[in-house]
Amino acid sequence: MAGPSPAMTRRGVKDVGASPPTRPTTRYDFSRKYWLFAVPAVVAILAVIVFPWLFTLYMSTQDWKIGGGSAFIGWSNYAILFQDERFLEAVGRTFWFTALAVVLPVMLGVAAAVMFHREFPFRGILRSIFTMPMMATPVAVALVWTMMFHPQLGVLNYLLSLVGIPPQAWVYDPSTVIPTLVMIEVWQWTPLVMLIVLGGLASLPREPYESAIIDGANAWHLFRHITLPLVWPYVMIAVMLRTIDALKVFDNIFVITQGGPGTASETMNIFLYLQAFQFYKLGYASALVVVFFIIIVVLSLLLLYARQRSKWNA
Amino acid sequence: MMRAPKLRRIAGNAGFALSLFVLVSPAILVFLWMLSLSLKNDADNTAFPPIFIPDPPTLDNFRDVFAKNNFLLYFWNSILVTGGAVLVGLLVGVPAGYGIARAKSAKFAFLILIARITPALSYLIPLFLVFQLIGLNGTITALLVTHLVITVPIIVWVMIGYFENVPMELEDAALVDGASPWQGFRHIALPLARPGIIVGAILSFIFSWNNFIFSVVLGGKTTRTLPSAIYNVLTFEQISWGPLAAAALLVTLPVLLLTVVAQRQIVAGLSAGGLKDG
Repeated sequence: MAGPSPAMTRRGVKDVGASPPTRPTTRYDFSRKYWLFAVPAVVAILAVIVFPWLFTLYMSTQDWKIGGGSAFIGWSNYAILFQDERFLEAVGRTFWFTALAVVLPVMLGVAAAVMFHREFPFRGILRSIFTMPMMATPVAVALVWTMMFHPQLGVLNYLLSLVGIPPQAWVYDPSTVIPTLVMIEVWQWTPLVMLIVLGGLASLPREPYESAIIDGANAWHLFRHITLPLVWPYVMIAVMLRTIDALKVFDNIFVITQGGPGTASETMNIFLYLQAFQFYKLGYASALVVVFFIIIVVLSLLLLYARQRSKWNA
Repeated sequence: MMRAPKLRRIAGNAGFALSLFVLVSPAILVFLWMLSLSLKNDADNTAFPPIFIPDPPTLDNFRDVFAKNNFLLYFWNSILVTGGAVLVGLLVGVPAGYGIARAKSAKFAFLILIARITPALSYLIPLFLVFQLIGLNGTITALLVTHLVITVPIIVWVMIGYFENVPMELEDAALVDGASPWQGFRHIALPLARPGIIVGAILSFIFSWNNFIFSVVLGGKTTRTLPSAIYNVLTFEQISWGPLAAAALLVTLPVLLLTVVAQRQIVAGLSAGGLKDG
């Protein structure tokens, strides 16, 4: 391996002189070849990501019959979709679910990050335990939640009865099913927010705190006026990832309620699955995917914009 | 004079410990309840008020899982699909991460981001039709290829972050001394980015292992991976809680062990490499 010193001098030469006298630097040629490294990945991405995308666009204009041909029907799938009340309800429900499943984990996650930023005994082990819900196989955990929600024999209603709260219907009642599913989401994804914000906290400078403490600021002031603004870009990343994931939530709802009772927990993704792989309306489902994707991209871009702004202002 | 601040600090620490307890205990309690269910017989599992500590604990539920189901087959399917997808993901994704980091190509990075945003079902509909067309539906190969949707973006994303932190000077020196970009990658950047490879492999393993929907749609009766097998087979064939909890525990155990053993790498991957700058 070449030692560091020739590298330094050569780079020095290159940086100073626009036309090196002895040997022309070919670095820019190399830099153009770096894309070759990405070729296998690009092929893979074209095959399993881009191609399905284009195919979905094409299919969304087709009346697709499983096992027998298809016919071009233009915008019809989209037109039907926007008059499909069940779909429109699913959209509203998804937004409601997403709002809750973003705000609650982010608030809790920031609090958790501030706590885990402190030094205390067993911090590593406790952090491992705290991150277990987000790593555990969602289906396995969802099955256990289902058993815990059992109205008569479930452990949750028993625990509530210990503190004098009457038994809840959890996922078995249309009015409580969304909050209950959000509760699982909070349990599962608060750790991700915590890890992201913790990463932000670790990179904070110390000086503002020292001078603020000298000026007599208390802990809340420090958090509100120094920590939060500095860590805000990380919080926005968490908000963005959480939004994307909450919009797409599938495993928990599918395993626990399949969208029920009735359609009370049927989000866009569940509706999409039913259309595609229960009713095999693949053309219709493709139009739905396109609309779904546009919603996600628009929301992500809005959040990205908000994040850039917060970065400029910080 | 000394008393008041000291007392306040003790009270503050107690409050901190209490809120930490409230924060962390739900995380562990669900898993402990899973363990408790899996170690009790049926009568104890449906007792009310619930019995928390199995007395005496029994392994019958675990025996049941292996005896009455093809659990080992599903386990093997999961190993094949996830292992294969992680391996191919590394072969393809590590060089790509290097190329993108060195070429500073925002376009590729953006493509990866789009992959993160897209709902899984939008890959599934076209891939389902294509696999049907070429007769691959319900095969391990189809599942493995589809799982690349998970592993490749994660690995590329993590590797971009790590390669950007490998100083360019060393490679520059080698290039000027006549090495090819491939040699620069193979002998200089790659060894230095080894921690990143481990992080990418762990994260993509976990997310591929946990994936449910691909196997629900594309898996056949004998090619299902564990998450969809436990949902399809066990849920409908056995209504009893003990074996179901035992199976759920077995499915998620490899991932939980990884979480505890590789905590440092996972944190690094998710907070730094996986999400890039602030």
